[in-house]
Amino acid sequence: MTLTVKEARPGSGRTPLTGGRRLRPPSRHGSRWTPWLYLAPALVVLGGLLVYPIYQLGLISFLEYTQAQVSGGEPTTFKGLANYAELLGDGQFWQVLLATVVFAAACVLCTLVAGCSTAVLLTRIRAVPRLALMLAALGAWATPAITGSTVWVFLFDPDFGPVNRVLGLGDFSWTYGRYSAFALVLLEVVWCSFPFVMVTVYAGIRAIPGEVLEAAAMDGASQWRIWRSVMAPMLRPILVVVTIQSVIWDFKVFTQIYVMTNGGGIAGQNLVLNVYAYQKAFASSQYSLGSAIGIVMLLILLAVTLVYLRLLRRQGEEL
Amino acid sequence: MSTVPTPAPTPVRTPRIRRPGRMAAEAGALLLAAAVAFPLYWMVLSAFKPAGEIQSTEPVPWTLHPSLDAFRRVFQQQDFGRYFLNSLFVAGVVVIVSALIAFLAATAVTRFRFRFRTTLMIMFLVAQMVPVEALTIPLFFLMRDVGDAVPGIGLNTLGSLILPHLAFSLPFAIWMLRGFVRAVPEALEEAAYLDGASRARFLWQILFPLVFPGLVATSVFSFISTWNDFLFAKSFIISATENSTLPMALLVFFKPDENDWGGIMAASTVMTIPVLVFFVLVQRRLVSGLGGAVKD
Repeated sequence: MTLTVKEARPGSGRTPLTGGRRLRPPSRHGSRWTPWLYLAPALVVLGGLLVYPIYQLGLISFLEYTQAQVSGGEPTTFKGLANYAELLGDGQFWQVLLATVVFAAACVLCTLVAGCSTAVLLTRIRAVPRLALMLAALGAWATPAITGSTVWVFLFDPDFGPVNRVLGLGDFSWTYGRYSAFALVLLEVVWCSFPFVMVTVYAGIRAIPGEVLEAAAMDGASQWRIWRSVMAPMLRPILVVVTIQSVIWDFKVFTQIYVMTNGGGIAGQNLVLNVYAYQKAFASSQYSLGSAIGIVMLLILLAVTLVYLRLLRRQGEEL
Repeated sequence: MSTVPTPAPTPVRTPRIRRPGRMAAEAGALLLAAAVAFPLYWMVLSAFKPAGEIQSTEPVPWTLHPSLDAFRRVFQQQDFGRYFLNSLFVAGVVVIVSALIAFLAATAVTRFRFRFRTTLMIMFLVAQMVPVEALTIPLFFLMRDVGDAVPGIGLNTLGSLILPHLAFSLPFAIWMLRGFVRAVPEALEEAAYLDGASRARFLWQILFPLVFPGLVATSVFSFISTWNDFLFAKSFIISATENSTLPMALLVFFKPDENDWGGIMAASTVMTIPVLVFFVLVQRRLVSGLGGAVKD
């Protein structure tokens, strides 16, 4: 914020047209407040509908808050950390947490591999197949999570689905077993989220000067080698962004689990944190426990954000 | 792909080297495209299949007797048209309002230096991480209280769907729009002021049209997240079913004893098509937009 010092001396000959410094428009009254004026609507909306609910979420997580308090039958009582203690002492919570982390990690990994390899593939083919792949991917991307989930469940339906017929699995039920159900959801998640990675990385690759890649190819580098030693380092900023974005999205997966495993699977075997919080709150009316889970999720994602910011800083990126 | 060392490349005119593996790569790409598109194809196909073929244990990837029965069941559902319009209305309002608000905010953080700017940027980033579903609980109570104070936007109204989605789509929209706003040369801004344009005039008559493509790309994300939502619709629209949205019309076909797959697929098709159309329309801008937003 030391920039203002220099700008305070406007009479220094010609005005710089370019460069990192922002130009200050001719100052009318209130120019200091202009940015805040522009920001006001966003801040009002976010303050009221994001910050305040988060504050309330934290508050509820410290209270005794069940159906009785919602209907006003009983006064709310402060319970301190009791909800968190109950949560951390619950074996199911740890199981769900572990499942969430492993599932999200698997989704991110598969999404990145699928997205990056298809992006590289796109650069090596002519316009027509490229367009075909692009359109198919955009279709998958555009499909609403809820309809994508229903379609995938139908594809793998034990009675009427084509997949079991083709694979000769008979009436094997994918949603019955814990791991097969997770695998099915993973497939759907990767299907609908790899296009974002593909499109973004492809846009990044196209920005790499063609000579660099040609030189590498002429030197006899294999495709894998080109990717590892030339493209990946140059694409690092983009890869960081898509990785973090995928972590955030996959850690928060809700619709797919909720729809495909019917609210968390048999006896809650396919629960992830987000669905778990929702079920705790709305299915069993334990609003304070549900809020505590929400806070735990927020803290984990906050940690991810901090890592992200560090990475950005280290690259010398300006926010 | 081909790990075979390229035998003496002969790039005479073509700017790209001819690689031996290209045909294989193209065949692979086409196969992949078919596989990726298959679920969508199966969805549309199943929507048109007559009931007997859907319930067949030997499903075939074509139908000789396309029928509109499933669509009829969807459209004749009570209030279906209304659900559709509700969804469209909610998504439309969120897209337009969030685009305008995000445009102003993105202008503020890219065109001005002021205290707390960096803090604000970090907050916009952190806001994207918030697990929306976890906030259903406090938002439910908030909407209930708001409804008591201002009838018309509380629980059971479309306002209770619009407001939260507005908040959740803003941070990403602002974050993505930065790149587009920054791409407009500063010289242009100065020229406008030298010509005596007011700040408002520059904002709406010069900057806004230039950033518009970016706004379109950004709006895809707001549109999708709003259009997809079924959690808020399920949680906030409790008794006033006339204010429900499309996903509710889809969930009707899930029955405990036997799912009506024809109906589900037809409803899914109806729900997917608007998004697909929107996507194809803005496809080009999306690709360049993402590149720009991510790179700088």
